[in-house]
Amino acid sequence: MTNSILFLTIFLISISFFGWSCFRYFRLITLGKAENRFDHLGKRIRDLFLYSFAQRCSISGSYRFGVNHAILFWCFMILLVANTEFLLAGIFPDYINLANLPTGLYYTIALIFDIASLLALLAVLTAAGRRLFFPPKYIEARTRDAFFILGMVAVLMLAFFGLHSSEIAQGSERAALYMPISSFVASSILPGASTESLISLANISWWIHAIVLLCFLNYLPYSKHMHILTVIPNSFFKRLTRMSLQPREEFNKGNVFGVGQVDQFTWKALFDSYCCTECGRCSDVCPATSTNKPLNPRLVIHDIKENLLTNGPMLINKEQAKLPLIGGGQDGSIDEEVIWECTTCGACMEVCPAFIEHVPRITDMRRDLVEMKARFPQELLNFFENMEQRSNPWGIAPAERTKWAAKINVQPFEAGKTECLFFVGCAGAYDARSRHVTLAVTKILDSAGVSWGILGKDEPCCGDSLRRLGNEYVFDRMVKENIEMFKEKGVRKVITQCPHCYHTLKNDYRRYGIELEVVHHTELINNLIKEGRLELTQTRDLGNIAFHDSCYLGRYNNIYEAPRKAIALATNQAPVEMERHHDRSFCCGAGGGRMWMEEKIGKHINVLRIEEAMKENPETICVCCPYCMTMFEDGLKDKGADNRVKVLDLAEIIAKAIK
Amino acid sequence: MLVVVCIKQVPDTTQVKIDPVTGNLIREGVPFIMNPFDTHALEEGLRLKGKYGLNVAVISMGPPNTEITLRKALALGVDNAVLLSDRAFGGADTLATSKVLAEATRQLAQKEEVVIVLCGKQTIDGDTAQVGPGIATRLGYSQLTLVEHIENIDLQAKKIIARRKLEGRDEVVEASLPAMISVVREINTPRYPTVPMRLMAEGATVTLWDNKEMKLNEETIGLKGSATQVRKIFSPERAVGEILGDGAANPDEAANLLIDKLSEGGLILI
Repeated sequence: MTNSILFLTIFLISISFFGWSCFRYFRLITLGKAENRFDHLGKRIRDLFLYSFAQRCSISGSYRFGVNHAILFWCFMILLVANTEFLLAGIFPDYINLANLPTGLYYTIALIFDIASLLALLAVLTAAGRRLFFPPKYIEARTRDAFFILGMVAVLMLAFFGLHSSEIAQGSERAALYMPISSFVASSILPGASTESLISLANISWWIHAIVLLCFLNYLPYSKHMHILTVIPNSFFKRLTRMSLQPREEFNKGNVFGVGQVDQFTWKALFDSYCCTECGRCSDVCPATSTNKPLNPRLVIHDIKENLLTNGPMLINKEQAKLPLIGGGQDGSIDEEVIWECTTCGACMEVCPAFIEHVPRITDMRRDLVEMKARFPQELLNFFENMEQRSNPWGIAPAERTKWAAKINVQPFEAGKTECLFFVGCAGAYDARSRHVTLAVTKILDSAGVSWGILGKDEPCCGDSLRRLGNEYVFDRMVKENIEMFKEKGVRKVITQCPHCYHTLKNDYRRYGIELEVVHHTELINNLIKEGRLELTQTRDLGNIAFHDSCYLGRYNNIYEAPRKAIALATNQAPVEMERHHDRSFCCGAGGGRMWMEEKIGKHINVLRIEEAMKENPETICVCCPYCMTMFEDGLKDKGADNRVKVLDLAEIIAKAIK
Repeated sequence: MLVVVCIKQVPDTTQVKIDPVTGNLIREGVPFIMNPFDTHALEEGLRLKGKYGLNVAVISMGPPNTEITLRKALALGVDNAVLLSDRAFGGADTLATSKVLAEATRQLAQKEEVVIVLCGKQTIDGDTAQVGPGIATRLGYSQLTLVEHIENIDLQAKKIIARRKLEGRDEVVEASLPAMISVVREINTPRYPTVPMRLMAEGATVTLWDNKEMKLNEETIGLKGSATQVRKIFSPERAVGEILGDGAANPDEAANLLIDKLSEGGLILI
């Protein structure tokens, strides 16, 4: 009786403290702006089961060690029941006791708990062993924190066995036969022990279990293990599209644009920051982090959380925030250069097992820098002016958009006369190298009998880089004009040769009320071959072809197989895969507006990717994006390999194979 | 105290074509931009505002659509924008233009003391570089052309020290205020407008002054007041070029030929 009153007191104190911690943390989430993550409930509930309970992300891809996490997760779910019972029985020992359940059910539960405890112990030891002896390079964060929590879990399991084995040794456990591990401990370690010592062992074990359990609970919110509380709900709130699309901004006087203070994020962005498990996968795959640049996606999320914890209480009281979100030069503040280094490749989001959305956070902050503060790397000034004045990145006269077609016969797009608009894109129209790709695409279109036309000098830039760079105001104005023109000209079907045009026209423009049927040339080519509209002879003179997945085709739009199939059909050999491919592909370094900026810090991203490609000894590298083309060709020159290896667009490979 | 920045809206010359038959500029569909040199003059005005607490007014003579360009200046942070627009101002050469701009400055000076008039060194459509000096002459201000750096302004002593960028040398000069300063691109990097400022500028007032306001003698302004008359616009014939050596096969030889050629023409000294 004394025991249960003492325990009740401790329990109430610690549960209140835990409740207070949670309240303090989760109240801060309410500072965030509104965002609807309760739509498509069916899909969300499905994701909740798929990703939380089936642990799809932990085990996915090359992260085989996630199996250990899945085991621990399931043991944790089971032991959650065990521990709830344990706590309640501690408070109401006379009323709550599993042993009061019907025999069959009790034995089954006892068996499950016993085995789950062993598995949890083994999983914890494996995790500790891995951190000690085979630490993966991307696990860099708070190892002490990890050991502390692993230690706590191990002690909990040991106390479980201590308690139950001493009860079995005393003969007071009727399910002894169904608790093989506890029974084993009882029979191998405890035989011959006196009843008193068995009772005190049971008592000590019980108290250790109780205290450690309550400590564990209270430690959670202050450690990376907070994810235990947040990731399950976050798998319900997770984005439903492959890459979350940045919402539009309303350009009304008095509005704030972008995020320059932590409470300008949406609640989901703030919630995300509580979900980080510090697993380091995002750092592992980030092109900036991999080339020794200050950007590390994990730290961006960490800094958002720290900033929220520091400023949140003040903001709740309508006081001024004291720690700047951007450029404070300390923990909880993100440096400007970090914000500009992101290529928006989305690799971090692809691998994050906690469904954190890193890229939109970076674009949010870019919006603040561009739109509210007009602060950005100097190279971008010209870029922004050129886009606004001449609707292309280089500021070349629109009249020169058709120069690539000087020697061929091209129809202007006219609804009714031509079926598809071939949206050439700025690179395709102006860039000397990409013009060859444009010509290759037209050759394919013509030989397959596709009805197509171009907008010529009236073709605008799609605005991709503007949007990724946070210049939403100019993007917004351009898109509205472009859509007006598309509607006027009756554009419905669009062919693009640039994944950035593709993604922007297809997915971003949708938010402006136009549903275009956009097809990237990789998909189109594959379809034309399938339909038998392209007659190919198999070219073999390209040698080994290494294929590079462009971020905006692959991760953003799930186009992986179309170009591979087309290469296989045109060359009678499947392309060679680089070490990182498909959804784990490594960015060329030019996305997210990085194409227009200097890469001043660390190793060049394109050089790293070229080194990876060269390991496969290719004679040809196949790309499907004009930015990738530029970055790969530059990278090859950098490595002095441009005379041995050539970079070709898929369209060029196919055009060569046309009979 | 006031800084007056004179800006001109010009056709985006990279997009201007000349009709080969009539010799006229094809202006149709060509977008207008703020004269690039003037963007630097404007930036310098805004920097003086920040540094010396001066007010900045922009003036521009042109057709009514010049308002768009003036709004851009408002979005960058000028205090006042005045559009000088009247049919009587049309067809003006540099002389007639400088008369209108000088008069506008004079009228602004009646309300607030003008210390500096800033101009771009020239416009990209006319390329004469005469309007700035014309304004200075008409107002009796000091004139400092081709300024690449303003070193100091002493508002008490009414002195300015500036560095001028001349061919092959710099010149640091002192002049008394008020002064007209025409700037080169090297003087600064223009700023970019923030969105709240752009939105503010959309609804801000651009003051319109026509000749009723200006009260200039119509014989001295516009086409009538112009000392020069345009008779013909044409692209100058370009002499056929010459390929020196074979750069691909023997780059050294080609480079030597080029050096010889340049020194023969007195373009470089060896």
